[in-house]
Amino acid sequence: MLFAVAVFAPLLGSIVAGLFGKAIGDRAAQAVTILCMILASICGVSAFVSLVYGGAPAGTVSLGTWLDAGTFHASWALRYDALSAVMVAMVTCVATLIHIYSVGYMSHDSTVWRFFSYLSLFSFAMLMLVTADNLLQLFFGWEGVGLASYLLIGYWYDRPSACAAAIKAFVVNRIGDLGFAVGIALVFVTFGSIDFSTIFAAVGQHQSDTYSVFGTWRAYEVIGILLFIGAMGKSAQLGLHVWLPDAMEGPTPVSALIHAATMVTAGVFLMARFSPVLDYAPGALAFVTFIGGSTALFAATVGCVQNDIKRVIAYSTCSQLGYMFVAAGVGAYQASIFHLLTHAFFKALLFLGAGSVIHAMSDEQDMRKMGGIWKKIPLTYAVMWIGSLALGGVFPFAGYYSKDAILEAAWASETAIGQYGFWCGLLAAGLTAFYSWRLLILTFHGKPRADHHTMEHVHESPAVMTVPLLLLAAGAVVTGFVFHEQLLGEHWQAFWGNSIQIAPTNHVLHAMEEVPGWVALSPSVIGLFGIAVAYLLYMAMPQVPAQLAATFGGVYRFLLNKWYFDELYDAVIVRPYFALSRALWQVGDATIIDGIPNGLATLTTDSTAQVVKIQNGSIAVYAFSMLIGLVFLVSIFLLFR
Amino acid sequence: MNAAGFPLLSLVTFLPLVGGAVIMSVRGDEQTVASNARWTALWTSLIVLALSLILWVRFDQADPGFQFVEDVSWLPQWGISYKMGVDGISVLFVLLSTVLTPICILASWESITTRVREFMLSFLILETMMVGMFAALDFVVFYMFFEGVLIPMYLIIGVWGGPRRVYAAVKFFLFTLAGSVLMLLALLAMWYQTGTTDITVLLHTAFPETMQTWLFLAFFASFAVKVPMWPVHTWLPDAHVEAPTAGSVILAGVLLKMGAYGFLRFSVPMLPLASAQLAPFMYTLSVVAVVYTSMVALAQTDMKKLIAYSSVAHMGVVTIGIFTVNVQGISGALLQMLSHGVVSAALFLCVGVIYDRIHTREIARYGGLADRMPAYAFTFMLFTMASVGLPGTSGFVGEFLVLVGAFKVNFWLALLGSLGMILGAAYMLYLYRRIIFGRITRDDLKAILDLSPREIAVFAPLIVLTLWMGIYPSSFTGFFDAAVGAMVDHHQAALAATTKLAGMLH
Repeated sequence: MLFAVAVFAPLLGSIVAGLFGKAIGDRAAQAVTILCMILASICGVSAFVSLVYGGAPAGTVSLGTWLDAGTFHASWALRYDALSAVMVAMVTCVATLIHIYSVGYMSHDSTVWRFFSYLSLFSFAMLMLVTADNLLQLFFGWEGVGLASYLLIGYWYDRPSACAAAIKAFVVNRIGDLGFAVGIALVFVTFGSIDFSTIFAAVGQHQSDTYSVFGTWRAYEVIGILLFIGAMGKSAQLGLHVWLPDAMEGPTPVSALIHAATMVTAGVFLMARFSPVLDYAPGALAFVTFIGGSTALFAATVGCVQNDIKRVIAYSTCSQLGYMFVAAGVGAYQASIFHLLTHAFFKALLFLGAGSVIHAMSDEQDMRKMGGIWKKIPLTYAVMWIGSLALGGVFPFAGYYSKDAILEAAWASETAIGQYGFWCGLLAAGLTAFYSWRLLILTFHGKPRADHHTMEHVHESPAVMTVPLLLLAAGAVVTGFVFHEQLLGEHWQAFWGNSIQIAPTNHVLHAMEEVPGWVALSPSVIGLFGIAVAYLLYMAMPQVPAQLAATFGGVYRFLLNKWYFDELYDAVIVRPYFALSRALWQVGDATIIDGIPNGLATLTTDSTAQVVKIQNGSIAVYAFSMLIGLVFLVSIFLLFR
Repeated sequence: MNAAGFPLLSLVTFLPLVGGAVIMSVRGDEQTVASNARWTALWTSLIVLALSLILWVRFDQADPGFQFVEDVSWLPQWGISYKMGVDGISVLFVLLSTVLTPICILASWESITTRVREFMLSFLILETMMVGMFAALDFVVFYMFFEGVLIPMYLIIGVWGGPRRVYAAVKFFLFTLAGSVLMLLALLAMWYQTGTTDITVLLHTAFPETMQTWLFLAFFASFAVKVPMWPVHTWLPDAHVEAPTAGSVILAGVLLKMGAYGFLRFSVPMLPLASAQLAPFMYTLSVVAVVYTSMVALAQTDMKKLIAYSSVAHMGVVTIGIFTVNVQGISGALLQMLSHGVVSAALFLCVGVIYDRIHTREIARYGGLADRMPAYAFTFMLFTMASVGLPGTSGFVGEFLVLVGAFKVNFWLALLGSLGMILGAAYMLYLYRRIIFGRITRDDLKAILDLSPREIAVFAPLIVLTLWMGIYPSSFTGFFDAAVGAMVDHHQAALAATTKLAGMLH
């Protein structure tokens, strides 16, 4: 019951704010949505506590039938287990803080009620996603967050760039969603059901089922790949990542809530939710690790040279999601969810901190025009440090525990692909520390590079923004050591219950306790090295980065242009698609297909125009035609008599 | 005599004609006549709607056969009778027709100003033809209604249409008529074979295999044009562009369903062998329709054309579903037909709203309407999302069930047939962006008014239906579950019988 309230309170807030927001005014709309969110988070947290610590039984809250067709059955139901409870608690808490923060951040906007309605709509969809009891409902939430993300990226719809980014996000996500939808169909064909409980109970029976597409494979592998394609879209993994940086066109609280803390982690959640099946699909998991590791490294390299403060954090998100997939790919689903949790806090913190900076700098986002402001906004400065320490994986901040766990698990998996994940992750850890401190130094230190007018206006944000920052900072400090032992320790099953089931051969959680000392130590060392390099380049010798960029111009431009993915897609897909569309319309439809009936019509009118000429009034001609006709008919009569 | 105790279906079918007669008898100056015609048409269609709701309430969902049957002998020497009845497959389309007609009349309230009496009359005749077609249980009766639909529609496009209305109307008429001639031949052949035109008898007649193929092709010629399937779809964009808003609504909402309904009523159950044999051919045309018309839609500069092309793509999904001949595929196709009937109708109404204000369908003439028309922007967004198949709207459930049904047949059919998920999002969002988003630059747009109460009344039932079908589709699937199950069983049995026979011969 509590659980249902946690899920549906945001929907109520969204509807009230959306339909009546204009009538009741911004204040009332904010009050309604925030109260609903607070209610949701109280219910969400108590549901979590009573399940995990209070011994309340896991189960499902049935809400009704959705779709029935023959043996296909999907219902509306909320699944109440450790995985969904921990996600609900996290989502409601972070979303509530971001709602409150938005009161300050969006105070100058003209349609505040619309913004809050969208935010609450998003929260509802995300909660439906994480509490889904079957794949179709998960897909409902999945698409729902996509819609909310589209609406929020395009929130400032008078900006062409925002509209373009919104469409890009939706369409790129849809590419992944197609894979997901087909994957659901395959699950149905394989298991005869899309209910999680039924599927997981039948995992043993369909081990050797095969499915033929590009050769014959085990059905589990195909399911794993198809679902992961969906996850790649939503979680911005290499290849389908192009929408995430552009999504920064949305207001900053949106970036924090959707494009860092919650929505983009839906793919990781899906992997964990489907762990009972995926754990028997080693091929698919290897692919997951490969893409995850590659993304972690790729996004980190790009993050090192970006100048827009939000884009740096966006690429950092992309990279951190890569880590989570590495963990899922080596079978350490618990570690991936652990990182998801810690990341939600420190990444939301970083984004909101960046928002606070942008707010202070009169909406400037380019770090080249910042600098020298740390004394003026000390609180923002402090929380950005905490966020960076957590992101960089420095002991004892949250990221230290979760990132180390992932790298250890990758090493401990003892597969080649696990090694690949490990080395990618390790390199990325160094880069992460580097770009985090580059961001800190460029933003806060050095000489002020903004104009005089802007500098005069630099001010600390109001309490309504700083209090959420402080609470998230607390989360970024404590979530690591509080949850580490419970989620990953010897007794992880006491925490997770049946929500994560692994194959009996999967011992990665155990093995990661016994990795060599240097493996456990290396992320910290390389992280400190990255910080040192950033300090040297941007603090001690600020002229060097420009020289480096000039010397290695090719590499620099390659990274600055994000490995030219956008240009490649534009040239290979987008522009040919538009050109082909026009060609099909003008040549295919207008010329060829319509040419036949139009041609027939012309032929008819032309030939009748010729026939008309015979009727010229001359009796001789009429008599002659009659004669021809007579001869013709008589011969037919004689022939067929 | 039937569940209602009186000839309900005939009443629903012919009551609009009574309304039409009343309209014809009105005399007076032009104002009075127009106003009387509007109110009479609206009340007639509302009464018809109320009567048809008896079907919703009294229909026995567990019965897969025909209900509310009326059978009056007509030409007994030729085995032709006036027979009406509905089963799970047709009942919802009768309701779709009776729901959309009052909405159309309301939508034409202010936009039709010339020859109002004749317009309303045409619409009521159209309603008779549509309802009659879905309720007919005799092939000859069906054929008459099926063809009869053309006449009022031809007039609606040709008289109240845009500048190229005559070209569009003639094209519409000739395309559909050309196909129908072949159906008439098929009808004669079937009658020759069985001596009756009773659909309930024909449904249980096993036609010889070669004959099935020929009959199938003849039906195909007629129904494919109506659906329309690629490549005989080009009449549709022209007809839509020139038709008045209400004409487009009925065209997209109901008339496109006639072809798919024909496939479901005749081709699949009467000609199981040919349907199974030619299914790959139907799949290919459908997949081409989905991909090709989705691409063409993206390139359009005219709003109505864009939505017209999107209709072809959505109907491609329907034909895929029908020819999978499994429960999920056909249920999905039916849901998709109903959903498309509501959503595309609503989208054409959305176009009509701004066309009434600015008098152009050129996409480039708009932009930034969200500022001035928030209620309109919301409505349009909802139907855009329903059109791209967002879960929770009606567009999703049908499309997804077809995907599942198609997946049972073939992986690639499912994947390619669902490409509309991506391509549809591209063209619809691109359209929405160009009309609603951006900054207002033109003066006439700055003064544009948001939805009027009449327009809200037009959209409200469609919004409710879209969400209802999306969130609780069981209210609708319940009607046809039994019938679809029976149809699939019958199909399987027919195929099995043939294979057994072939096995015995060899």
